[in-house]
Amino acid sequence: MTIPAPTRTPTGSTVLDLVLRFRALGLLLALAVLVGATASVNARFLSGQSVRDLLFAAAVTVLLACGMTTVVLTRGIDLSVGSTLGLAAYLTADAMSGGVPVPLAVLIGLLVGLACGAANGAIVHFGKVPPLVATLGTLYVFRGIVYFTAGGSRVNASDLPGGFLDFGNGTLLGVPYLFLIAAAVLAVVALFLRDYRSGRDLYALGSNPEAAALAGIPAGRRLMTAYALSGTLAGLGGVLYAARFGTVDASAGYGMELDIVAAVVVGGVAIFGGSGTVLGAALGALLLTVIDNALPVLSIPPFWQQAIVGALILAAIALDRLVALRAARALRKKGSHVG
Amino acid sequence: MSEAVPVVALRDVEKSFGAVRALRGAGLELHAGEAHALVGENGAGKSTLIKILAGLYRPDAGAIEIDGEPVDLHDPSAAIAAGIAVIYQEPALFGDLTVAENLFIGRQPRGRLGRIDRAAMDRDATALFERLGVLLEPDRPAKGLSIADQQLVEIAKAISLDARVLVMDEPTAALTSREVERLFDVVRALRAKGTAILFISHRFDEVEALCQRVTVMRDGAHVSTDPMGEVTVDELIRRMVGRELAAMFPRGEAAPGEVVLDVEGLASAERCRDVSFQVRAGEIVALAGLVGAGRSEVVQAVFGVAPREAGRVRVLGRDLPSGNPRAAMRAGVALVPEDRRQQGLLLDLSVMRNATLVRRGRLARFGFLTGAAEQREAAEWTGRLQAKYGRLTDPVATLSGGNQQKIVLAKWLATGPRLLIVDEPTRGIDVATKAEVHRLLSDLAADGVAVLMVSSELLEVLGMADRTLVMREGRLAGELPRADATEEAVMRLATGQTAEAR
Repeated sequence: MTIPAPTRTPTGSTVLDLVLRFRALGLLLALAVLVGATASVNARFLSGQSVRDLLFAAAVTVLLACGMTTVVLTRGIDLSVGSTLGLAAYLTADAMSGGVPVPLAVLIGLLVGLACGAANGAIVHFGKVPPLVATLGTLYVFRGIVYFTAGGSRVNASDLPGGFLDFGNGTLLGVPYLFLIAAAVLAVVALFLRDYRSGRDLYALGSNPEAAALAGIPAGRRLMTAYALSGTLAGLGGVLYAARFGTVDASAGYGMELDIVAAVVVGGVAIFGGSGTVLGAALGALLLTVIDNALPVLSIPPFWQQAIVGALILAAIALDRLVALRAARALRKKGSHVG
Repeated sequence: MSEAVPVVALRDVEKSFGAVRALRGAGLELHAGEAHALVGENGAGKSTLIKILAGLYRPDAGAIEIDGEPVDLHDPSAAIAAGIAVIYQEPALFGDLTVAENLFIGRQPRGRLGRIDRAAMDRDATALFERLGVLLEPDRPAKGLSIADQQLVEIAKAISLDARVLVMDEPTAALTSREVERLFDVVRALRAKGTAILFISHRFDEVEALCQRVTVMRDGAHVSTDPMGEVTVDELIRRMVGRELAAMFPRGEAAPGEVVLDVEGLASAERCRDVSFQVRAGEIVALAGLVGAGRSEVVQAVFGVAPREAGRVRVLGRDLPSGNPRAAMRAGVALVPEDRRQQGLLLDLSVMRNATLVRRGRLARFGFLTGAAEQREAAEWTGRLQAKYGRLTDPVATLSGGNQQKIVLAKWLATGPRLLIVDEPTRGIDVATKAEVHRLLSDLAADGVAVLMVSSELLEVLGMADRTLVMREGRLAGELPRADATEEAVMRLATGQTAEAR
């Protein structure tokens, strides 16, 4: 995120920066309030173990939120990430329990994710199917494949190599490896979206598809990239899921897609494409994870949890709308040309 | 000049969209270092021709040659790679990206590790804007730019491509005369460097000021190409229209009757302010002005599609409530909207359903629509307007633009309006149908209907209107009676005589 030059006219870049910064600030503020309130009720919420658990839980969500952001930026959505994660997790774990070396098994997980993402991209681009419908379809298809392959069986932690599980539950200076991986991916995707031509093309595609066509932006390649990235990250998420839990059955990642979409929306990525950052999406993911973990501590009944997440999504969208309106008014400046 | 191989040549190009033949034998040669005007009425095929040059459409037949070699411009990036840059009539920017990124999308300057060098990009943008003499911040988002500024960004983008061929589709429609001059200076400099320019404009003074040759198109075909000095504007117009103007604009003397529409101090959400005028029975009043001057907003506020913030609207002496189209319809007002595909028609529904849509209440018996009544009514009105369609049950989307417009008109005429508001009534329809629509409006006025017409086409305004109201930046800039309404007078009011620096 760029640091704005403070002394500018109100019509300049500071408005945009303010919107972005305001957004990140809002999320950080919400996080701080929530953490503070929870900690005041129960100080153990800030204990090393509790924070570690939180980071473990957040790692996979952040990872998938990065992929989801690239897709949502192009006016798309990827509802199949939960199923992709499940498929990758099961196939990776199954391969390892069958004696396949760990690096190869991890590669299998990533390739499964890539293939799922490429399938989504192909259906959306070549089939001209709306992303919502296309990935809703593949959500069921991929999940069906997991059930078909797994049947009723599951891979148990005792079947997996000890080193793999150690990695999944290990920490470096108190930070889980999984979270470090997610953070590294976050940094790379953020850099890609901000500083590379093909990354900017994704914003352009979501901002104005017709203009993107006129500018000669290769829409097909870019869409394939976005969906393939989302799929691959879901595949990686599956690998990390297997490493973390050890026990993998056909229902791994079930229903996860909506949590990811929620994180992305709360994180300020416009659902109609064109604006938002992965950093915001990651903060959104973190916030939702903290809510998940904090509510039991605050002894709020679990059924309130979903209502609160829902209210948060609506609030995020209302806030976006408000900020966008205010920004538009500020940008319209002196009414030199009406309309 | 004719000796040299043209930079770009289009030969016998044909292109059809469904049943509509947009181009039939269009041709054009552009030479290095010439500015070439392309004139023709709306619907003559100019835009289709440009889109073929831009790689957006592929011709059904005919050839595109670059430096004498046939090429296939299969998509926009192929056209850009071939050195063809296009400034479109409607700016198409990325609102979420910065102005500088809009200029350089896909070819941003790169620094280490292939990362975009934002500082260099902003510098390049600033340099471009200085060359064009405009003040735009490169790092602000494109969202919220005025239409003129958006158009300037498009122009800067096209110029920055250093193209061999620069196509400009009415680039000046939203610009002040100062900005236009500045643009022309840059274009002349490009031409001197050997760039071929294709300039499309409805303003003949601009065409004369900038171009060396002029090509006339009509009905999708090439009519003539002449050096600029060897042909008069009157002759060009005659060729564009293809018939005498009198036949195109059949307008007799109007005998205005009672005041049908009386608008006082109308204002609507930042789009128009303090607009007052009257329309009498039997007269056609045109609202002219540049793109974005607020014309459509005025008629929408009158009809009630958009709420009004201030002012009163009276129809036949009765006040119309704000933001209530149903009340307007009851009072005898009909609005034929600007964008018939989006606002005027339900494209997937049948001709019959569309034609009777606003009459459903009247046609229903005990709350049920009877097919027979609908059919009778639809057949009557579409027949009167000589709309051409296969069956009444065909979806409207299958009709040509002109016939679609007739269906929209049929729909509203069936309500027997006292005031008919038409917004760009002939946009994108062929010349023959256009003449029919004009005759229809004329006949309606003769029957005592008050007609309020919004049109961007000056010839139409001058040919049809008994009075012309010119708008600029949301206000009425002036009113011209038929005798005083000339192209220059309208443009002067529309642009503001002394274009102030911005």
